[in-house]
Amino acid sequence: MSMWSCLVSKPLAALVAFYVLAALTGCASRSYCPNECTQQVAPTNLTVFAAASLQPAFDLIAGKVKSQYEITTTFNYAGTQTLTSQLTQGAQADVFASADVAHMTTAQNAGLIAGSSQVFVHNRLEIAVEKSNPKGIHSLADLARPGLTIVLADPSVPAGKYAQQALAKAGVTVHPASLEPQVTGVLSKVAFGEADAGIVYVSDIVTSGKVSGIAIPDSQNVIADYPIAMLSGAQNKTGADAFVKYVLSSQGQAILVGAGFERA
Amino acid sequence: MALAVAGLLLFLLPLAGLVARAPWDQVGPALVAPETATALGLSLFCSVTATAIALVLGIPLALLLARTSGAPRAILRALTTLPMVLPPVVGGVALWLAFGRRGLVGGPLYNAFGIQIPFTTAAAVIAETFVAMPFLVIAVEGGLRALDARYEEAARALGAGGWKVFSRVTLPLVRPAIFSGAVLCWARALGEFGATITFAGNLPGRTQTIPLAVYIALETRPEGAIALSLILLAVSLAILIGMRDRWLGAL
Repeated sequence: MSMWSCLVSKPLAALVAFYVLAALTGCASRSYCPNECTQQVAPTNLTVFAAASLQPAFDLIAGKVKSQYEITTTFNYAGTQTLTSQLTQGAQADVFASADVAHMTTAQNAGLIAGSSQVFVHNRLEIAVEKSNPKGIHSLADLARPGLTIVLADPSVPAGKYAQQALAKAGVTVHPASLEPQVTGVLSKVAFGEADAGIVYVSDIVTSGKVSGIAIPDSQNVIADYPIAMLSGAQNKTGADAFVKYVLSSQGQAILVGAGFERA
Repeated sequence: MALAVAGLLLFLLPLAGLVARAPWDQVGPALVAPETATALGLSLFCSVTATAIALVLGIPLALLLARTSGAPRAILRALTTLPMVLPPVVGGVALWLAFGRRGLVGGPLYNAFGIQIPFTTAAAVIAETFVAMPFLVIAVEGGLRALDARYEEAARALGAGGWKVFSRVTLPLVRPAIFSGAVLCWARALGEFGATITFAGNLPGRTQTIPLAVYIALETRPEGAIALSLILLAVSLAILIGMRDRWLGAL
């Protein structure tokens, strides 16, 4: 019996092998810079905290930013309220894109924002129903019909707050079956056929493709403003600046419009 | 020893953080807030019901597991423990596909009787049972395997029938394992979040258990969330400590 097998039991040896392998593959995936390692290079990684509803558009924008500036963007997509509490708890990021002005103001008051924020798109609400609209839902008032399973976002989420405002404008009282902590929860419950309808953003319906949208008239609708800003703790200020500029550029705006948002 | 201390610290530090950062002036109001009582009551109801169902279905399942061997046992055991390793959210989606309006079982149920399981308290109980029952099954199976088969043989030799052997000999012998399994199962059910919010949704008074209430509160009023967490912690600690001598011997 060799000394190695005396000292190290089989499971432990397997564990060691696992970590060695993990370290090797980790090294391999990180690209080594052969010559210019000693030179100061601008960081190529960018961390963006963005409202969950921005995911389809921002994923496309990240692709463009990568090919133009060689910057790799890592996203943290979540409900704006989750992102805000993560940031105030000290999470490190370069850019923050919020689904409402209120949470951006919270971040600003906490001293987290570098300079000022800028509203870059608008989003409006729409009723999400199952494809082909089997329950014949045509307005917010229809959501109050008995026997329907309605799902809304929780009022602590921007989408839920806007939905309440829209229902109040329409003078409609609904009894939701669930108050989801993310607008994507509303979408998936309608898409799976577990709920008959929900109130989400137009952009959610455009990019989901699994539900149909019923427009809400302007008089009852709520227009959401999405502000974006560089964070004061940004470690990649150049990259953050490039990303924000791209989002505001005509190319960036075209991508966002394609994803169902409205030009700022 | 040092490793044991490190292990203990990993448990204790987050709890210490919770206690240290607790807004004690808000615990009182949070405790008497009607929403807290609703969520706590619902949490207790769902977790106890889930444990009861797990006992009824889990003990026979553990018996089956203990009495099979070879490949069938390996497959059965893997299936039973699957909910323990499955991300709870995936479990929630799987429950949709089984018991939802379009599900394998839920579909016919909805079409024939108009019964809709998701978004009901029953859905929360099902989600908790799904996630927590394996803990009971594994504990009881362990107890059954450690059992000295000679007691059962002796009872059978003395003329006892199958049910009598089970209820008078087997069951009393594995009682410690059943109790400890039930407590583990209940504790897991009480803390269940992912499967519940996916399958049952989040509605105060119907499906919003304490973990869900904490999650929602965390975003809008973190102090309230910490207060709620402390209440859940206190309730579970009180129950676990209260039961320790009587039932937790086998843990």
